[in-house]
Amino acid sequence: MTAVTPFPADGRPLLEVRQLSQQYFLRRQKLFAPRPILKVLQDIDFAVRPGEAVGLVGESGSGKTTLTRMLTGVEKPHEGHVVFDGVDVWSGGEAHRRLFRRSVQVVLQNPRSSLDPRMRVGTSLLEPLRSLKIEGDHAARVLEVLDQVGLQKSALERFPHEFSGGQLQRIAIARALMPNPRVLIADEPVSALDVSIQAQVLNLLKDLVRDLGLGLVFIAHDLSVVAYTTSKVYVMSSGKIVEVGKPLDLFRNPSAEATQNLVGAVLSVESGLAGNALA
Amino acid sequence: MTGSAPAIEVKDLSVGNGVVTAVRGVSFTIPQGGRMGLVGESGSGKSMTALALMGLLPMGWSTHGSVLHDGVDLVKQSDRAFSSRRGRTISMVFQDPLSSLNPVRRVGEQISWVIRRHTGADKKAAEQQTIELMTQMKLPRPEQLVRAYPHEISGGQRQRIMIAMALACYPQLIIADEPTTALDVTVQKQVLRLLNGAVNERGSALLMITHDLPIIAAMCDTVAVMYAGRIVEMGPVQEVFRNPRHHYTRGLLDSQPTMDNIALDGSARLVSIPGMVPPLHNLPTGCAFNPRCPAATDKCRTVMPELAGEGLQAACWHPVDSASEVAAQ
Ligand SMILES: Nc1ncnc2c1ncn2[C@@H]1O[C@H](COP(=O)(O)OP(=O)(O)OP(=O)(O)O)[C@@H](O)[C@H]1O
Ligand SMILES: Nc1ncnc2c1ncn2[C@@H]1O[C@H](COP(=O)(O)OP(=O)(O)O)[C@@H](O)[C@H]1O
Ligand code: SF4
Ligand SMILES: [Mg+2]
Ligand SMILES: [Mg+2]
Repeated sequence: MTAVTPFPADGRPLLEVRQLSQQYFLRRQKLFAPRPILKVLQDIDFAVRPGEAVGLVGESGSGKTTLTRMLTGVEKPHEGHVVFDGVDVWSGGEAHRRLFRRSVQVVLQNPRSSLDPRMRVGTSLLEPLRSLKIEGDHAARVLEVLDQVGLQKSALERFPHEFSGGQLQRIAIARALMPNPRVLIADEPVSALDVSIQAQVLNLLKDLVRDLGLGLVFIAHDLSVVAYTTSKVYVMSSGKIVEVGKPLDLFRNPSAEATQNLVGAVLSVESGLAGNALA
Repeated sequence: MTGSAPAIEVKDLSVGNGVVTAVRGVSFTIPQGGRMGLVGESGSGKSMTALALMGLLPMGWSTHGSVLHDGVDLVKQSDRAFSSRRGRTISMVFQDPLSSLNPVRRVGEQISWVIRRHTGADKKAAEQQTIELMTQMKLPRPEQLVRAYPHEISGGQRQRIMIAMALACYPQLIIADEPTTALDVTVQKQVLRLLNGAVNERGSALLMITHDLPIIAAMCDTVAVMYAGRIVEMGPVQEVFRNPRHHYTRGLLDSQPTMDNIALDGSARLVSIPGMVPPLHNLPTGCAFNPRCPAATDKCRTVMPELAGEGLQAACWHPVDSASEVAAQ
């Protein structure tokens, strides 16, 4: 069986960062002392191509979410470049920056807190188009997106509390798709969901990458979930990329210490039944 | 003491608030030193079961059935009797240690207080025991750490403090409700290992509540699977996880991605259970899982199955075929 991908994964990067660093100033320890600097990201090179799902893993605090803030342009890096479609986002013009902003959309961990509980789903879906001032046939777009995520039209009239976690995450994905993005960034999109519905969301993300040629940046702490969803993984530790590779190669033969720690922490039903999971 | 009576024996437990019933006729027994896992998706009633056993239900909720522990029926206990028992014969580790520790008391004081209250140890002896417990929990520099406030230490350290408190008085039963769900994966295994060792050492029984199947496989010898407030399958972990009979358990196991079921070319598809957990106020008739079950028949849609079987028990009219079934015949 040969897989035909309309969007070759070895094509030109759609979104990348080059030699990117970010630092924050912390609180002064004493009144006239200089403010200590925390280097959160250091010399990061990272790229995602059309039709490619890229994983980002690392222990808590390693800088994954901070990197996504650079990739979406909500923060400007201290050093280095964020490049969308071949053009530097921060030295390019305002028009390119606007195109970049609508082309990179985010899905967060908890759909219950990311969707307004008082808004009907239909209204929530239109919200990104309004805030990005995008013109066009919005009603038609809503129907198209509902179809892509496998939701019924009747969902539009309902409120978030009427849906399960998995359905709500579909709605959050639908909302992210509304501006017709080319890159989707999903930060722990299934960790608030139960195992039985987690698969629904993972399968949907995989389909979107394949069918729409989206670039996907996928963050999760469950390495099996990352291996299932992505074809390339970056491992972060203390603000640096310490290892890059194909997920199964990397997780079966980790070379960086950070990757070894992550792999060593994995529990599986099999190892549990064999009685050596906590050895 | 009650000799070889079980650590806990729950019979036909129901928990409701007059409008909905979150736990509907649950029965299970954990022998002294036994370890049972309680698994199920969120909303299935796991925490309500735990809170009922601890006498900590929210206002307006009440319990029916019986819960035999330490020679008494906990369902009939007064609040006062319950509070003198919590931390002594039965104790609980919660998911979020930050909200269950007192924010304005030093962590060392909080552990010592539990020891003094239940054992009558004097201040000095209790402090000494606190340091020993913290050392056993592999907390760094315990002599200094006793003076820290909960917000000054990491999530993994806070959870280890909670475990130390729960274990301080050698309870017969420890209930751990999602004890590592809020922790970083790299810390999770360490905390589980410490809990495992400490429970072993004391010979306490453990009720481990989680939606994470690998944790149950690692920590427990029996497991009960909950769905919509009922136990739908129960038995030895080895049997339930290798040859589940209930279709919900089968679905849970199949939707678990593992490094081994992922195809190298990325073509693999995870099995997912279609649909969603039914809301409590609108449960389907018959088997509550029937709208999502691939094997449902008219009987499933009308008559509720009860747990049946020896060893492994399942509440299912058309159990999953399994290798063990063939072998047994
Ligand atoms: N605005 C900020 N000011 C100061 N420090 C910050 C700020 N944002 C993040 N940090 C620090 O940067 C580091 C990286 O944080 P980040 O949220 O990116 O981690 P993460 O990898 O996403 O972790 P997790 O897995 O827990 O979500 C942490 O040490 C964090 O405390
Ligand atoms: N304080 C509460 N008030 C009303 N309903 C509640 C409360 N706590 C839990 N419930 C309901 O009881 C059911 C079981 O909840 P819970 O035991 O917390 O589930 P689990 O721990 O398995 O996720 C759910 O339907 C939940 O919505
Ligand atoms: S009783 Fe029927 S619906 Fe319920 S799990 Fe068994 S086969 Fe499925
Ligand atoms: Mg993060
Ligand atoms: Mg719970």
